[in-house]
Amino acid sequence: MSPLLIFVLIPLLMMIALFFTNNRKQVNLISLSGSLLLLLSAIALVVLFWRERTAGNTAQMLFAADTVWYREFNIHIATGVDGISVLMVLLSAIIVFTASLVSWRIESMPKEFYTWFSFLAAGAFGFFISIDLFTMFFFLEMSVVPKFLLIGVWGSGRKDYSAMKLVLMLMGGSVLVLTGILGIYYLTGAETLNIVELAHKNIEQPAQSILFALLFTGFGIIGALFPFHVWVPDGHSSAPTSVSMFLSGISMKLGAYGAFRVAICLLPEGAHQLAWIFLILSGFSVVYGAFAALGQSDLKYINAYASISHCGLMFFAFLIFNETALTGAFLQMISHGLITALFFACIGMIYSRTHTRLVSEMGGLMKVMPFIGVGFIIAGLASLGLPGFSGFVAEMTIFIGAFQNSGELQRWFTIFATASIVITAVYILRVVGKVLYGKQEHQAYDSLADAYWWERVTMITLIAAVVLVGTMPSWFSNMIQDGLAPLVAGLVK
Amino acid sequence: MQYTLLILLLPLLSFVVLGLMDTKWKARVAGSVGTLVLSVVAALSYYTAWAYFSTANVGGIYQKIVPLQTVWMQFSGQLHIDLGILLDPISVMMLVVISTVSLMVHIYSLAYMKGEKGFERYYAFLSLFTFSMLGLVVATNIFQMYIFWELVGVSSYLLIGFYYTKPEAVAASKKAFIVTRFADLGFLIGILILSFYTQTFDFGVLNSGNAGIFASASGVTFMGASVLSWAMALIFIGGAGKSAMFPLHIWLPDAMEGPTPVSALIHAATMVVAGVYLVARLFPVYVTYTPDVLHGIAYVGAFTSLFAAVIACTQTDIKRVLAFSTISQIGYMMVGLGVSGYGGHEGTGYMASMFHLFTHAMFKALLFLGAGSVIHAVHSNEMQKMGGLRKYMPVTHLVFLIGCLAIAGIFPLSGFFSKDEILAATYMYSTGLGIGMSFIAGLTAFYMFRLYFNIFWGKENSYEHSPHESPLAMTIPLVVLAFFSFFGGLIPFGKFVTSDGAAYTGETNYVLAIVSVLIGITGILLAAAMYRKKTMLPDRVSQSLGFIYQLARNKFYVDELYLFITKNVFFKGMASPVSWYDRHVVNGSVNGLAVVTQWVSVKIKGIQTGKVQQYAWVFLLGTLLMAFLILFL
Repeated sequence: MSPLLIFVLIPLLMMIALFFTNNRKQVNLISLSGSLLLLLSAIALVVLFWRERTAGNTAQMLFAADTVWYREFNIHIATGVDGISVLMVLLSAIIVFTASLVSWRIESMPKEFYTWFSFLAAGAFGFFISIDLFTMFFFLEMSVVPKFLLIGVWGSGRKDYSAMKLVLMLMGGSVLVLTGILGIYYLTGAETLNIVELAHKNIEQPAQSILFALLFTGFGIIGALFPFHVWVPDGHSSAPTSVSMFLSGISMKLGAYGAFRVAICLLPEGAHQLAWIFLILSGFSVVYGAFAALGQSDLKYINAYASISHCGLMFFAFLIFNETALTGAFLQMISHGLITALFFACIGMIYSRTHTRLVSEMGGLMKVMPFIGVGFIIAGLASLGLPGFSGFVAEMTIFIGAFQNSGELQRWFTIFATASIVITAVYILRVVGKVLYGKQEHQAYDSLADAYWWERVTMITLIAAVVLVGTMPSWFSNMIQDGLAPLVAGLVK
Repeated sequence: MQYTLLILLLPLLSFVVLGLMDTKWKARVAGSVGTLVLSVVAALSYYTAWAYFSTANVGGIYQKIVPLQTVWMQFSGQLHIDLGILLDPISVMMLVVISTVSLMVHIYSLAYMKGEKGFERYYAFLSLFTFSMLGLVVATNIFQMYIFWELVGVSSYLLIGFYYTKPEAVAASKKAFIVTRFADLGFLIGILILSFYTQTFDFGVLNSGNAGIFASASGVTFMGASVLSWAMALIFIGGAGKSAMFPLHIWLPDAMEGPTPVSALIHAATMVVAGVYLVARLFPVYVTYTPDVLHGIAYVGAFTSLFAAVIACTQTDIKRVLAFSTISQIGYMMVGLGVSGYGGHEGTGYMASMFHLFTHAMFKALLFLGAGSVIHAVHSNEMQKMGGLRKYMPVTHLVFLIGCLAIAGIFPLSGFFSKDEILAATYMYSTGLGIGMSFIAGLTAFYMFRLYFNIFWGKENSYEHSPHESPLAMTIPLVVLAFFSFFGGLIPFGKFVTSDGAAYTGETNYVLAIVSVLIGITGILLAAAMYRKKTMLPDRVSQSLGFIYQLARNKFYVDELYLFITKNVFFKGMASPVSWYDRHVVNGSVNGLAVVTQWVSVKIKGIQTGKVQQYAWVFLLGTLLMAFLILFL
């Protein structure tokens, strides 16, 4: 057994423990201690990983383990981590920890809520530690199904519609992914599903391009790539706060991670062949998402479209195929995960107090809830790419990397994508100005409470992480480059 | 000189501490901490200046010193972003300017902002701004500059929007941020292009004069201009945004919604000259490789200067008059750079521009703080509510007069020297442009004394309670700044700050100097005739100018034009259609897919009727069809 499986085991144990709880206090205790344990394990993993590396361990995947699961089809549970997956585990742990805290006082059925949430977490962690296509797919699916219940039962607004739409679309993505995985499996000789080994095998053209299209589209749906993003706005806005945080903080990253690890790394020729299509789509979605965000009036919709814009940048950077842009893409994954979680957390806090998310019905909230207000402003400034926060580092790395590409298309689209920094500033400042500043006109809002301790911990954790990435980017980019180093040779042409 | 790091770290620390403490500390404590830190920073800056100018001169040329540099972000290939400190004549001069004005503003605000809600927050933001601005000027590479450039922008945003319950202040802060962000987009793209061809961000390398750096860009053109010109022009757009050059000037007058000391610090003395500083920083590149862009800068500067001066003559809000005056003066500095050559006598414009930056920072900060003192006394920004204040506020009156004389370029005040050098350089470049700039100098004297006479002379208004002189914490900074404004021109500036680091030797053009002073005096006399006593004359003049007056009074409707464009193109033309498209077309097609699936399933479920005979028929027909296919195909 791999020591990494502890990240799957803890959430599963939490589920069992939650089964025996019978009041909110116990539920809270378990969810807090479990998610804290996950966070500490993730930090420990980072430290251990880095110690191994400095000790001179140069294996591509560390802490790797391989257990045969089903011999007939040669299916394994193979786990292992490189610099990139370590960071993804850390990101997931931070999001899971803060998302569990945010729902501290969830009203209905806390036990069931946290049970399914833990199941979701187990899927996400499992996905990031897997180095076997079958295991990856298994965990990917694990993190889809609970969303239906979490949104359908604990959501708000048109929750049935949104839950159905989200799950159907994600399932649709999974179908494409599965087809692609099976294609890879058979075309490489049906010997292994281990991605490290598969990377050395070659698939003939045009099969490679077809498989790439299937896989990239499949993961693109999960990662909200235009025009497959339609589940995002409805899904996020109907989901309860912690699920929104999970959805855009982790779920969309599953798609991006898969798109890189599986589609691009295993099918580099196909990737080069078809890059231009997806480059145009993703470059377009950066600006498209930003404009769409500008036209919204519901806070969650605004952030959902902002996510589409920011995630588009991630896919865009993948398809530039140089180390700088790829580093930027993963920085953007981390950065966007943290910032959007902070945003959704603040929106959730405001919503739980004012019972509206419409920008037009708010105003002057800064006076009433300064702590949440400052958190919201920081989220906004980080999102619009202010230096000192993670967003700036990630975006700039992508822009610089992308512009180093000698292709005309790449450079023109980079310039096009940079326009998003202005549009983002417009929609963020517009929201901040309307929601927090100005006169507070609603009598009923006067008595609203500022952040409670669990909300403060949530915000402070996320802000600290955002600032850490923003001020010490080389710690993170070194980790990412550690993961990229063995892969990049096969990608850069 | 590694201690220079403290100059940056102390304000940052002060920001973090004040920010975290928020209201836990008493207002007085927060203010004192902020001011104390800044006085240390100022002392360190003066010491740095002294140490630099006394030791860095090797062989008659001031060297560039990089006491600290660290790699912040390493990219693959040669590119990396460094954070470091670069000391050369202009950065050291800026350290002095920023820390001086900032310290004065810190002290002044102790009294001016007394009792304001959010006093602690105010000092935290001031510290943040000072940190960002200092970081900007000592940047060793263009990307570090961009980083601090953005930080400066956000501190300006936070300070303009300090009174966040006031809708005008919120709108103004938003406008300032977005307009400058738009300009920064140009800056960013310029950096990307420049770094693509040169593979470096470093100022030292870019300015080294080594033509090999730009070799890969040579011969690459786009739409008729060399790609390097595009890059440098785009970078200038970034500078034009921060320095409020036409047509990106619209944010600055609105920024006056912020507290007055903030206007003095950010929107008069320091941040708004960042664009000038940027051009000066990259001056060797501009002058050697893209002289076409430099010519453009001269004309943009000149036009902006005239445009703003005309508007300044018609405004009635005293802070807005000063704001337009700032725009006009920055235009002057841009002209100075634009007409300059490199080194020796050719480099007069560069030296003059930096000189004017220095003197302008002093007298404009003085004027703003003086205006603040007036506003503090009469509780209004409007000229009509003032008049005859010289009796009530003798100190403010005196220092304001000094400020006005300095900006009008009257001998021997500081403005005379710096402005005269710019004019000399401009005449060397083109007589036409020179005459234009002289005319603007006359306008400047006119509108400044219009302001002066309207506030301190004229008919005395009936005040609710009689105005009184401001407290010492406000008047002391005023006196200090007045001292610099008066005597600042006597500094032998050309010995220290020149385009190539070598001491400047030029002769004074006495004819030009005398003519300039005469033009200044003419402007003053004109203003005196019109505004010293309350007469019908100003109204008659404005009426006879009619249409032109209305245009200028309404700032040539540039704001309205912007509003129209953002509202109709940006929001109605882009954002709304995109959201509609997303909701109805993209989303609709997904929903459509669901509806079609449902429809198909409803239709085909009718086939399953449960009638055995029907099934038998279908079975028979199917078998026959298959037999047919097998036999005949």
